[in-house]
Amino acid sequence: MTKYFGSLAIKHPDDLIFGYAPKPVSCGQGLTIGVGQVFPEINFTLPPMLINESNWNEVLSHYHNICENVLARAEKLRVPGIVMEFEHLPPMSMKPELGAEITSLIKNYLLEFYRRTGIPNALRVTVVDLRDADHPPLLRSGQRWEQTREAFILSAVAGADILSIESVGGKEVHDQALMYSDLSGIVASLGILACRDMGWLWDEIVDICKEYDVVPGGDTACGFSNTAMQMAGQGLLPATLSALVRAASAPRSLVAYEHGAIGPSKDCAYEGPIIKAITGVPISMEGKSSCCAHFSPLGNIAGAMADLWSNESVQNIKLLSGTAPEAFLELLAYDCRLFNIAENKNESRMYRDLLVRSDLEQSPEALMLEPQTVLRIARSIAQCPNPYTQTRNAIFTAFKSLQDAVDSNQLKLPSREQTWWSKIPGLLAQIPENENEAIEYLITTYHGVFNPQAYGL
Amino acid sequence: MDLARLVELGKIDKNTPHPPALIGQDGVLELTQLAIKKEIKAQIILNEGLMPGMHAIGEKLSRGEVFITDMLIAARAMNVALGQLKPFFLSGEIQAKGTIVLGTVKGDLHDIGKNLVKMIMEGDGWEVKDLGTDVSEEQFVEAVNNSTDAIVGISALLTTTMLHMGSAVQRLRENNPNTKIYIGGAPVSQSFCEEIGADGYFSNPHGLARELRKAPKLLI
Ligand code: B12
Repeated sequence: MTKYFGSLAIKHPDDLIFGYAPKPVSCGQGLTIGVGQVFPEINFTLPPMLINESNWNEVLSHYHNICENVLARAEKLRVPGIVMEFEHLPPMSMKPELGAEITSLIKNYLLEFYRRTGIPNALRVTVVDLRDADHPPLLRSGQRWEQTREAFILSAVAGADILSIESVGGKEVHDQALMYSDLSGIVASLGILACRDMGWLWDEIVDICKEYDVVPGGDTACGFSNTAMQMAGQGLLPATLSALVRAASAPRSLVAYEHGAIGPSKDCAYEGPIIKAITGVPISMEGKSSCCAHFSPLGNIAGAMADLWSNESVQNIKLLSGTAPEAFLELLAYDCRLFNIAENKNESRMYRDLLVRSDLEQSPEALMLEPQTVLRIARSIAQCPNPYTQTRNAIFTAFKSLQDAVDSNQLKLPSREQTWWSKIPGLLAQIPENENEAIEYLITTYHGVFNPQAYGL
Repeated sequence: MDLARLVELGKIDKNTPHPPALIGQDGVLELTQLAIKKEIKAQIILNEGLMPGMHAIGEKLSRGEVFITDMLIAARAMNVALGQLKPFFLSGEIQAKGTIVLGTVKGDLHDIGKNLVKMIMEGDGWEVKDLGTDVSEEQFVEAVNNSTDAIVGISALLTTTMLHMGSAVQRLRENNPNTKIYIGGAPVSQSFCEEIGADGYFSNPHGLARELRKAPKLLI
């Protein structure tokens, strides 16, 4: 069943703040997210090594080692609560029993940790969207989908408290549109293809979650707007384009919540604040403390509205202090202490504004996370039920916000962006006005790149 | 305006609206046709007319003065010119720079980085055989056997797939010890490259393009 969010759950910028979500989520072992505190969400991964039968015990011992170290540090620092995210590596979804074995390993540690310390906690499991392996992807059928689905089920059975995915529907077209800075293609692939796939996929995921009593967390536009942000970071695309793509990807990630996801959203979904404003669900975010996984221009501002604070991922390697996962748990724990003391001392708005302002001038992407702008984009999305129009509205509103910031000298564009900047209005004007025209555009311009049936077209 | 500059600007032909400042003017198509008509040697049209345009935009991209989109627009114009030169390639009058076999390692589906390497190397005059993602050692070997002088580029984005690069290098070396193999991707490094015996690591495609331009046996 589809729920349409016609108005905003958070209407005033003052209320768009870390730690608070109008629709808190209770999950796992006594953890409630969104009622005032920010908790660390610690992520981890394997160091350089293969995953196969012969070294499976070595793989397992890494996860044992991670759990022991991370939880010991969490206890030492007396975190008020903790989420552990186990992000599958491809073989763990391809052979879902492997993923399930690690899920239950981590869950046992968390249960024991809760018994011993009373610190609330939860386990998020993120399954790999294996459907990406077919070109073009079949999405709704075939072995890849069956495996992905099985991975969700076995994760749920093995003890996942929250389920998530970084899904890829529409990415095959978006990748190309992005390279050519084709705004019409970007909006159509996100607003039509990605939204359609999200609706279909999240119905399936939510059904599984209901059956096994697991929280359907949410999805991320990682393969869309984080790809754009990474490319902009490498100087390959304009940062203003990456900012526009971020806004345009929000309606796509919103679909998960329209189809029953309840949060916490996925950490690398930097579109999270827009989702929080519309739906009221708690969000996970990552910023400066995820520099172990990738760089970003959003180090501080990403925390301004977070309910969980994540490090995205870190390899289990030894550092001078200890292992990398426990070191990053320490970073997150101290970041969270600051959030939580600010809240406790009634200084949270001041702290939030410092986080916001410290990044704002430097980056167009950061502007997309500024509370007023978030609400402006969120409103333009909530105004209408059609995902394509929502996406189109979002990109126009994002551009208007960028324009205002540039005109008022709040945002300084690097000189290399000037030529592109002057082209944007022309490109925006070409974006098809309605969904039918946009489908036509997709079919003529991206013929052969995607499989229309996979999207029910 | 000379051919190289038109390539750089991505001006395809008289009728194309891009770039707006050159509306109605001759493009790469007309100038290439004219050069052929004037019996300028095809290899010279390629090396001295067209390629400098691609090099110029490639250099600008690596200096951060333009974006990948500008490079792709230039590449589109370049392809139109290459279409005109096709008979000379077929007759052997022009020799292509060489072939690069490219792929993301087994078990890994990250492909944006690899696709960018493809675009930039094609822009630099290479023929790229893209094997896609999740490419096995055997597929790399087979591709090299089909074009024995090919250079190999391998991408990996996961710590749990990068070690497949090592076995790919080993298999490729067993097959032909002279095959040049280059690697890239977020988790890999120069020291890893040395460890597995590959010929070079580059954090971006420009590094590879520059390296290969230095190689003595190449034409351009
Ligand atoms: C966007 C992204 C995705 C996108 C895919 C993007 C794509 N099509 O490539 C999606 C969402 C699909 C995805 C999926 C996954 N991802 Co991912 N992804 C990323 C992210 C954030 C950015 C990658 C990117 O697009 N960069 C931009 C491009 C332009 O840069 P690039 O790829 O590095 O390539 C440049 C250079 O490296 C170089 N280069 C690359 N290859 C080569 C080759 C040669 C020969 C040369 C010369 C140069 C060269 O040139 C390129 C241009 O400059 C990275 C973070 C990171 N640090 O890289 C994680 C990351 C790599 N992913 C990660 C993970 C875990 C996954 C998943 C397993 C997640 C999951 N559970 O679903 C899946 C696995 C998919 C699979 N089966 O392989 C982890 C890896 C952890 C680890 N153990 O190594 C990372 C580090 C994020 C994290 N969680 O920390 N991912």
